[in-house]
Amino acid sequence: MAQKYELKQREVWDGNLAAAHALRQAQVDVVAAYPITPSTPIVQNYAQFLADGYVDGEFVMVESEHSAMSACVGAAAAGGRVATATSSQGYALMVEVLYQASGMRLPIVMTVVNRALASPLNIHGDHSDLYLGRDAGWIHLIANNPQEAYDLTLCAFRIGEDERVRLPVTTNQDGFLVSHTAQVVEPLSDEEAYKFVGDYKPKYPMLDTKNPVTYGAQTEEEWHFEHKVNQHKALMESFPVIEEVFSEFEKLTGRKYNLVETYKLDDADIALVLMGSAFETAMLAVDKAREEGIKVGLLMPRVFRPFPYNEIAKKLKNVKAVAALDRSAPMGTTGALFNEVSAALMANGQSAIMTNYIYGLGGRDTTVEHILEVIKETNENKKANKRVTPLQGFINLRGPKLSFN
Amino acid sequence: MKNITNLKEFACTPDRFQGGHRLCPGCAHSMIVREVVNATDDDLVISTATGCLEVCSAIYPYTSWDVSWIHIGFENAAAAISGAEAMYKALSKKNKLYNPDKRVKFVAFGGDGGTYDIGFQSLSGAVERGHDFLYVCLDNENYANTGGQRSSSTPLGAHTTTTPRGRVSYGEKQRKKDLTMIMAAHGCPYVATAIPSTKHWKDLAVKAAKAIETVGPTFINALSPCTTEWKFKPEETTEIADLAVETCAFPLYEIEDGRKLRITYRPKVKLPIEEYLSRQGRFSHLFKPENKWIIAEWQKQVDEYWDYLQRREEAGV
Repeated sequence: MAQKYELKQREVWDGNLAAAHALRQAQVDVVAAYPITPSTPIVQNYAQFLADGYVDGEFVMVESEHSAMSACVGAAAAGGRVATATSSQGYALMVEVLYQASGMRLPIVMTVVNRALASPLNIHGDHSDLYLGRDAGWIHLIANNPQEAYDLTLCAFRIGEDERVRLPVTTNQDGFLVSHTAQVVEPLSDEEAYKFVGDYKPKYPMLDTKNPVTYGAQTEEEWHFEHKVNQHKALMESFPVIEEVFSEFEKLTGRKYNLVETYKLDDADIALVLMGSAFETAMLAVDKAREEGIKVGLLMPRVFRPFPYNEIAKKLKNVKAVAALDRSAPMGTTGALFNEVSAALMANGQSAIMTNYIYGLGGRDTTVEHILEVIKETNENKKANKRVTPLQGFINLRGPKLSFN
Repeated sequence: MKNITNLKEFACTPDRFQGGHRLCPGCAHSMIVREVVNATDDDLVISTATGCLEVCSAIYPYTSWDVSWIHIGFENAAAAISGAEAMYKALSKKNKLYNPDKRVKFVAFGGDGGTYDIGFQSLSGAVERGHDFLYVCLDNENYANTGGQRSSSTPLGAHTTTTPRGRVSYGEKQRKKDLTMIMAAHGCPYVATAIPSTKHWKDLAVKAAKAIETVGPTFINALSPCTTEWKFKPEETTEIADLAVETCAFPLYEIEDGRKLRITYRPKVKLPIEEYLSRQGRFSHLFKPENKWIIAEWQKQVDEYWDYLQRREEAGV
C-alpha cells in the first residue's frame, strides 16, 4: 500500500512537479517512460515518489520513447491504469505507437511538456510536438500554468477512462515556461484526488485470461474504414463527457474549465486565438489595449482534439477580425489554429477578417508588447473592414520584417 | 507442460493456437508456435511482432489465438510484452488480479526481421530490465512477409529479393548475425536454439517449457525453414530443419545464466554442408563452378563454430 503524501493547502510547484503529483495521486498501475528535456523531472519526481514508498505501481524505465509508448500499450491492454510523460523528439519517436494506442482504444494518459522539434536542435517550448500528434486520435488538453497541469492531468484519467470515451489523453504544458516555473498550486488531498479519479474500470483486459482477447488485429479494405470512423466518432462524441468531468471538478475545487476558454470576449470587436502560456501574457496585453479603447478579447481551445469548432464559432460570433497565433512552424501553409478557426467560422456561416501569426518558436520570448502590436494590427483590419495587414506575420523574429500574403 | 508423446499430437492440440490461419502450407512458424504455447499449463499472454505470424493469425473478424494476444508494431513485441508483464506485477502487488488462482506467463514472438533487426533495441531493453517473459524468434532468415528481403539473419550466399543472385552477384555478402550469443551476453538466465523437427521435436518442447518456467527474461532462437522463400517443397520443412542440425549449420544448444553452454544434440556424423544447401533453391547458384568457394567458406565457418561450441561446452563456460 502506497503511503499518503501530506500536502499543504498551497504548494509551490512547477508544472513538472504538479503533473508528477497528479500521476501519483491517480495511483497509476504502470508508468513506462524515458526521460527527455523538459519533461524529465516528471519522471524523476515519480521515481523519487516510488523510492520513498508513495507509489505502489510499477515504474518501467525503458530504453526509448518508442518502447515507452509500446510498453504503455501492452500494459493498458493488459488491464490497468497507465501513464507516461514526454516531449519533442521523444514524442516524435512515439508517434507510430500513439496511433496504435488510440486505435486500440486504450485510455493512456500522457503528460506532454511541449518543446520544439529539431533540426536545429532546441530544448525550449513550442507546440511542434502537439501539432505532430494532433491527428493521432488522442484527446489533447492544454494547460497554461502548473495549477492547470495538475488539474487537467487528474481530469485526463476520468475523461479517457470513461466508458463512453475509452481514448488516450495528453495534457500539454509549455516547456520551461510552465514546466520549470514554480507557482502556487492548490492540490487536492490524496484521498480527494483519488476519489475524483476513481478506480480503473477495465474493458477487455488481456490479463483476464479466462476470457482471452485479441488486440491489434489486421483489417484491410473491408473493415479498416469502419474501425477508424468509430474511433473518430468516439472523439467527436467526447465533448459532453469532457464537460461533465470539468463540471464535477469545479464542484470539488471551484476551478472551472471549459472546452473553450475566453477572456473579455463578450463585448469584443476583435479577438486573438492562442493556446498555452502565451494566453496569460495576452491577458495582460488585452487589459492594456482596453485601456487604449480597443475592445479586444481572447479565445483558447482548452481541448485541441476533439476541436470544439462549433463552440469556437459561437464565441466568435460578434467579432469582426480574428488573429490566430500558432506556436509551431507552419511549413508551407498557414498555421493549424488559423486553418481550423477559419473553417469553424465558415462552417457556421460566419466570417471575420482572419490573420495568422507565428510566434515563440524554440522558446522565443513573446512579451505583452509583442501581443499588443498584434492587437493593434488586428484592430486596423477591423477599422478598415478588410485585411490591410499581411495574411501571415511573425512575432519577434530577427532580421527584416517577414510576411506572406 | 502438456503430456504430449509425439509431434503429431501437437498438430492435434489446437486449444491455444487454432488452425485455419493463413500461414503457407508447410510453414514452420505454426509448428514452433504450437510447441511453445503447449509447453505450459499456465495461462499465457502473448505479443507478436508484425510479420508472417501476425498477419496470418489475426485478420479481423477472425483470430487463431485462444490466449490473450497483442500485436502493436514491427519493432516492439518485446516492449509490449514487458508492459503487460509490468501490469501483472502491479496488479499482483495491489491484489487486483483478474484470476488470482491462475499463474500468467508472458511470451513474445517475432520473426528475424522483428528480432535481429528492427526490434532488436526493444528486445535488448526488455531483457536488460529483467522482465519475466520468453521471447521466441521465428528465424526464417529473411523478411518473408514482405516478399523475401534480406535481414541480418540471412546467411552467406543466400538469394533474397534485396540480395538477388545476378550476373555479377552471388547473393548475400554477409554472414548470419549470431543473435543467440548476443542474447546470452545479456546474461539471460536461459537462452537456446531450437528447430521444428520430427527427429528432435522434444528438444524444442523441453526448451520452451524450461524457458517459460525460468523466472526472468529467456530467449529461444527457433530456425523456421521457409518453404516459400528458401524454395523447397512444403512437405520437406522438418527435413530441412533436421539437415540444418545434422550439418551443424544451426547447432542445437542452450546457455544458462549467460555462461554455461550445453550442446543439446550432437550429430553422430556431421554431414557436409552441401547436404543442407543443395536442398534449397535460395542456394542453387552456389553450386556453379565460380561460386564453389562460397560453399567452402560456408563449411569453414560451420566447422569453426561447431568447434567453438564444443570447446565452450567442455570448458563449462
